[in-house]
Amino acid sequence: MTTVPETSSFGQRVLHPLPDQLYATVSDLRDEGFLTAVDVTAVDYMAHPGRTDLPADVSPERFEVVVSLHAHQSHERVRLRIQVPVDDPVVPSLFDLFPGTEAMEREVFDLFGITFDGHPDMTRILLPEEWEGHPLRKDVDTGRIPVQFREAPVQR
Amino acid sequence: MRRLPILGDVSRVSDDGLEGLEHNFVTARIEDLVKWSRARSCWPATFGLACCAIEMMATGAAHYDLARYGMEVFRASPRQADLMIVAGRVSQKMAPILRQIYDQMMEPKWVISMGVCASSGGMFNNYAIVQGVDQVVPVDVYAPGCPPGPETLMHAILTLHESIRTGELTRRREANDGGAAIHVEAPLPEDTTEQPVQLGSR
Amino acid sequence: MSSGAPEGTLSDLGSAERVHRRDGSAVLRVGEGEAFELAGDPDNPDDDERMILNMGPSHPSTHGVLRLMLEMEGETVLRTKPVIGYLHTGMEKTGENLSYLQGPTNVTRMDYAAPLFSELAFSLATEKLLGIEVPPRATWIRMLMCELNRVASHLLFQATNGMDLGAVSMMIYGWREREEVLRFFEKVTGLRMNHNYIRPGGVAADLPDGWQDDVRRLLDLIPPRLDEYDTLLTGQPIFRERLQGVGVMTPAEALALSATGPILRSTGYAWDLRRDEPYLAYDQVDFDVLVGTYGDSFDRFAIRLNETRESLRIVEQVLDQMPGGDYRTQDQKVTPPPRARIDDSMEALIHHFKIFTEGFHVPEGEVYVAVESPRGELGCYLVSDGGPNPYRMHIRGPSFVNLQTLPHLMEGGLIADAVAVISSVDPIMGEVDR
Repeated sequence: MTTVPETSSFGQRVLHPLPDQLYATVSDLRDEGFLTAVDVTAVDYMAHPGRTDLPADVSPERFEVVVSLHAHQSHERVRLRIQVPVDDPVVPSLFDLFPGTEAMEREVFDLFGITFDGHPDMTRILLPEEWEGHPLRKDVDTGRIPVQFREAPVQR
Repeated sequence: MRRLPILGDVSRVSDDGLEGLEHNFVTARIEDLVKWSRARSCWPATFGLACCAIEMMATGAAHYDLARYGMEVFRASPRQADLMIVAGRVSQKMAPILRQIYDQMMEPKWVISMGVCASSGGMFNNYAIVQGVDQVVPVDVYAPGCPPGPETLMHAILTLHESIRTGELTRRREANDGGAAIHVEAPLPEDTTEQPVQLGSR
Repeated sequence: MSSGAPEGTLSDLGSAERVHRRDGSAVLRVGEGEAFELAGDPDNPDDDERMILNMGPSHPSTHGVLRLMLEMEGETVLRTKPVIGYLHTGMEKTGENLSYLQGPTNVTRMDYAAPLFSELAFSLATEKLLGIEVPPRATWIRMLMCELNRVASHLLFQATNGMDLGAVSMMIYGWREREEVLRFFEKVTGLRMNHNYIRPGGVAADLPDGWQDDVRRLLDLIPPRLDEYDTLLTGQPIFRERLQGVGVMTPAEALALSATGPILRSTGYAWDLRRDEPYLAYDQVDFDVLVGTYGDSFDRFAIRLNETRESLRIVEQVLDQMPGGDYRTQDQKVTPPPRARIDDSMEALIHHFKIFTEGFHVPEGEVYVAVESPRGELGCYLVSDGGPNPYRMHIRGPSFVNLQTLPHLMEGGLIADAVAVISSVDPIMGEVDR
């Protein structure tokens, strides 16, 4: 059983494993009865570096992968926040534990550019395959980009 | 007595003019008839994208009943449709497919841009949404609203019908070579000196 | 069908081996170019007739812009790849540029068949960050509207499911009843869809005068029509034949694939957030959680049909117990001052202006709140940096996650059954792609 720092956010249990502790932690939790991985998402903290809700022994990084697990029997939820550095954005995939994370991990890869090691199909899911960049990163502009469509003849 | 297949006994026409005929009939230019029939049998393609598609389906369902305008047959195949109702936001990934479906539709064809997302990008001015479907296909009628209610869509459709009937659209299309420029030459008797009728040219 | 296991568990969950496979999985994990190499040679008569069939994104029975790449052997589906993203709207990015008061306008356009649930999840998450309580009347109004929205959403499912299976007249009936519910929504919120009605701090407006009569009329009108659906569909041999035993799933598979809502319940696993993790005032009303037995498409159809009845039961109780009082919180930080005070007081005018231009500031933190939408668990993960806009707004769309069950449900079935399976999963593409 690995021990990882634990905090509470608005009454919700939050764990802070390191990337290489993630798989073992989730595996343990699954044996405890957390049978469903509800959600996998990520946050880019580039524009908000001084966040205060991390425990003292966790060093903040730019990216954070957030995994939510759910135990139906004990009506418990737990959230895992994993710090991911920008120069090596790799996290172990949870596919072997929860196949349902396949699409969610692809979404995080698509929108944030975080790679999940061991994922069976690490490709873009929402954006076109030839898209460049990861739009939910904070250094990517929201605004309108020129239409990437080239085939339409000028009509008017 | 001289009988013709449709007109019947025509022996008195030389004395009484048209009143000497057995039947009444209406005369019209063939061009107007074609425009009228085009306007009254406009078949939309099912091109539902987002929220507006639900309202488009509601327009076709029992309460609003698009069948009143001869339009309840939403065709799944673009080859059988002449109206594309772009119902919803068009993403960058969808735009090439939208254009492909438009290209597969037969001339003459029309496009209604339903809702603000299709017309201008609406509230989603971001990386993912095409800011106005008129960058991809030529749009004839814009229906505002988010989503436009069935009444708005019907108003857009009736506006389009009126434009088709008065020929405004075909005139504009030919001027900029955009489409609907078909020519049907009606076969005429040899002794006539009239010019062949050109459809879609006025 | 009734609520079986009270604790939402089964002793035997079945096997989930099928969905854990990496090799030989039902999911087709290849790119578009590679897929065509998999297909057999059409000019070679000795080829094994394996082919790739593309379905969508513009297809009448894919519920919008879903695209499926199916690997087929004859008429049998071997592997499937759902290709999504054709309606990707960048809402999570847009949500970072809108204030908390504008947020519901954005999220309501995700699940356009059940827009109030996205608004509810977003509002509950914001209220949790703010630490405010909404008045009881607001809570009960939210419950009333959400349950009616569930009715409208399930009626939409009945209409499209019937049409996909060839019962085209069902399309007309489903829309007819839905229209009645929408008329009430229009009266309350001003809009037929995309209401922006549930907002942080309460709801946008109080219920109009005479709302009880309108709701009673719905309660009288819809149940007999649901009985008509039973006559038309439930007992009909052709309809049953097309759904029963098609797209079967065990509870363990559904849990492993993170499926929620009617898909999870159809496997016999009684799990409903309204009962098991009550939010709003669901602990004060009486209703049953419906479960299936076989986990097939027919169970999913029957669960939705009967959930409509349960929702109407809740609406009836809300009608009797609706409390009086404010329809939004009187917290000055969140709620603008009443219109009359703006004329009298300069401070009230400034306050009003500040709330609608800059927005209110929300304390730093992160929170995840889930509600039971008609499609399953709809979660909202909000991160605040203390500013007036969410730092990160993520919606866990149930359709997006449930869509992963498609390849497994279709595996080994016929191509004609694929349509029945897509329909019974009931994905709303706006929520899948966001």
